[in-house]
Amino acid sequence: MANALLIDYEFCTGCHACEVACKKHLGLPQGQFGIKLLQDGPRELPGGGWEYNYLPMPTSLCDMCASRLDEGKDAACVHHCPAHAMRFGPADEVAAAAAEKGRRAMFVPTV
Amino acid sequence: MEDYYESHKGQVEWQDGDYTVTRTTVWSGPGCHDGCGVLYYTKDGKLEKVEGDPDCAYNQGTLCMRCLEMPEAVNNPRRPTQPLKRIGERGENKWEGITWDEAYDIIEAKVRSIWDEYAPESIACMIGTGRANCWQVPYLCYSAFGSPNFCLGFLSGESCFQPRSAAMASMNGDFLIADCSQQFEKRYDTENTEWRVPEIIVNWGCNAVASNSDNFFGGWIVDCMQRGTKLITVDPSLTWLAARSEVWLRLRPGTDGALALAMLNVIIEEDLWDHDFVENWCYGFDELAERVKEWTPERGAEICWVEADAIRAAARLYAEAKPAAIQWGLPIDQAVMGIPTAQAINALWAITGNTDVPGGNIIIRNAFDQNVSYNYGYNNLPAEVQAKRIGAEYPLMSKAGFSSTAHSDSILQAIETGEPYPIRMLWLTSTNPIANMASDAPRVFRAVKTVDFVVVNDLFLTPTAVAFADIFLPAAMSPERDMQRVWWVPLRGMKKVVQYAEAKSDDTVVTELGKRLHPENFPWDDDKGWTDNILRTETPGYDGGYDDLCNRDVWVYPDFQYRKHEKGLLRPDGQPGFNTPTGRVELYNSVFSLWGYDPLPDWAEPSCSPYASPELYEEYPFVLTTGARSFEFFHSEHRQPELTSRELHPDPLFEMSAKSAAEHGLKEGDWCWLENHRGRCRQKLHVNPSLDDRVVRAEHGWWFPEREAAEPSLYGVFDSNINNLLPQCENGVTGYGAPYKNQLCKVYPCTEENSETPPSLHVTKMGGYSK
Repeated sequence: MANALLIDYEFCTGCHACEVACKKHLGLPQGQFGIKLLQDGPRELPGGGWEYNYLPMPTSLCDMCASRLDEGKDAACVHHCPAHAMRFGPADEVAAAAAEKGRRAMFVPTV
Repeated sequence: MEDYYESHKGQVEWQDGDYTVTRTTVWSGPGCHDGCGVLYYTKDGKLEKVEGDPDCAYNQGTLCMRCLEMPEAVNNPRRPTQPLKRIGERGENKWEGITWDEAYDIIEAKVRSIWDEYAPESIACMIGTGRANCWQVPYLCYSAFGSPNFCLGFLSGESCFQPRSAAMASMNGDFLIADCSQQFEKRYDTENTEWRVPEIIVNWGCNAVASNSDNFFGGWIVDCMQRGTKLITVDPSLTWLAARSEVWLRLRPGTDGALALAMLNVIIEEDLWDHDFVENWCYGFDELAERVKEWTPERGAEICWVEADAIRAAARLYAEAKPAAIQWGLPIDQAVMGIPTAQAINALWAITGNTDVPGGNIIIRNAFDQNVSYNYGYNNLPAEVQAKRIGAEYPLMSKAGFSSTAHSDSILQAIETGEPYPIRMLWLTSTNPIANMASDAPRVFRAVKTVDFVVVNDLFLTPTAVAFADIFLPAAMSPERDMQRVWWVPLRGMKKVVQYAEAKSDDTVVTELGKRLHPENFPWDDDKGWTDNILRTETPGYDGGYDDLCNRDVWVYPDFQYRKHEKGLLRPDGQPGFNTPTGRVELYNSVFSLWGYDPLPDWAEPSCSPYASPELYEEYPFVLTTGARSFEFFHSEHRQPELTSRELHPDPLFEMSAKSAAEHGLKEGDWCWLENHRGRCRQKLHVNPSLDDRVVRAEHGWWFPEREAAEPSLYGVFDSNINNLLPQCENGVTGYGAPYKNQLCKVYPCTEENSETPPSLHVTKMGGYSK
């Protein structure tokens, strides 16, 4: 079973902690990312209110924190997310968790 | 596979392959106001990586980018390795490396000559905001130099929490904070604590997820949202929190006080206030009701540029929520009307019965009653020296004792005029005023140039160090220090895990220098000894010393109780009530009344505004607000180009609405001049579609460590410095508050022709700005 990453983009604040935790785990130079923060908005909605979301997206450099998992640790991005808006685990478990509430996205970087 | 963190639970230090892992606490610099639990991974005497400590209830394993990137700062090649003595002119960036003893010899000789020729009070000491030196440097000032003149680095109107503190202390006899369960080690476990999820949290001028200000970790708001909390946000810009709020009040910068008065009007007129709490525990409700009568939502709407119905909706939602908490920020302080604004907001939580209830605004004291802060060591000064503290003309600060610092603007004036006496020496620790705190940076630049002797003690050579320092002392960073902290709760140990070149901690420097000048006030041997002394003599509820805290406990939570006023836990006489003259929450502030100040909340236009200065507004058609925080920086920290912070945020940004940008022929990424009648600076446009078309937001704290250090460049500190446009010495009647966040400006694109004289050249060589 492949591992998957769950992002609750209702609660992702766009703080960059996942990006930096990942860069430090992978030892990446400036300009490179293992997970990259995407932004939509702020944009006023026709019926009032605002669209304003962040979504961190794993890149091809994401190694699913293989060495951390081997040590019994969790993924670096998940561990450090100040909003507790990320989860990592077997894809079936993450898919079940994703279905529990709205505004969640699931990534499967590698199988 | 066994969980790594579970397997090391309770251990303070362990080996992990080549790494030594240490469980401890961080505190800026680098970092922020917060003191999160971390695991430091060190190898061969070097900090390799930092992780959030999952066992620490404060941050629950998480960590912000500034601490995750900490090795980039700690191991940064730009850090000076030893004390430096200036050999060229000030501003030439010419230095000679010296030993610590040589530096101490020079400083000691200078201090003694000032003692002989002038008086100890001619020495002033300053620090940055909320950092790991907020008792060491005050102690140095009072107990080694013998001067009462400690303050923050030319922070106009002491406008960083101190106005809110003075308002709260006088109204309640205590400080209050939004209750996100941070006082309990069990946190959100409502089975085992009395904590309740706030129904509403009001983010008032505070984007806590980015600012983490006042020892409040922004993630706690998100934790509450995930447990059902709804939000109200008061902010000129649509913050991420505002986008998730039931009501967003996009107020005109500088009108927070008017908004709070209008909300009080709604709550009182519509009988939404808590009769029981007001009748039993408040003083002066009738006077408050009378005062806010004229503050109708319509009047508030006109002033604040928001809809009257939105004010009503926010007031109703807040007042009807049980419980509700207000998390407030710096815009309250950074207005001339800062104190009355804080009174009004404090009145909101008082009359709605949210004082010291679970999930409301709780009364908080430092863990184990440790009160070692800006006033630490002040009692070592003779009364006649205390009476000379600069700012004595403001009785709330001086006679009523609500300030724990000297008045920064008055220190500036003392440097400029020699009145009431001259300032001959400045000691600046981890403060970079001309990049950050000084609201009129060019004026402070000129003034400090005239001071006889300046010591700068910092992490890096900053513009402030290059411009003024006669002696530079390299400061240790967070993982290079043995010390402790409280700031509310918990009590936390900080353990040294690495040493950088010859850098020394504030605790060490102050101890070593203090022993030369007033050894009787420094009976401990070193930094650990000082920490031990504080824990054993200034922390009455904690039974331990340095070793117990740093090598055994790491953090300790004290007991916490709600509704302390009902239980007789607030007053020295043990009676129920608040620790105020009337024993009640003073909506009508009797202390203010005694000193001749308006006892009730009020509001007035900022002096530079569309209504107070229409002629200026014609020329400068935008309301300018400054200083909003971004995730990458803690004020002027984290600007080194090697840091991920600069990778993600390379340029100074200002914001205007899409419509205003288009009207001015500007597009995303254009470098522009922001200018008003005082001065100008250049920043890069970021179009913010959520802004009112009449509002511009600009960043603060910018300098460019990659640029030339020597003047006229001075690391480009004046080029993008929004504090070229702000005044100094414009404070509220109490001395508190300053208009950092409510000015006027115009915006136009940078061209070759209009950029011939960059502000750094203009200020450093041509005597420019400050009008």
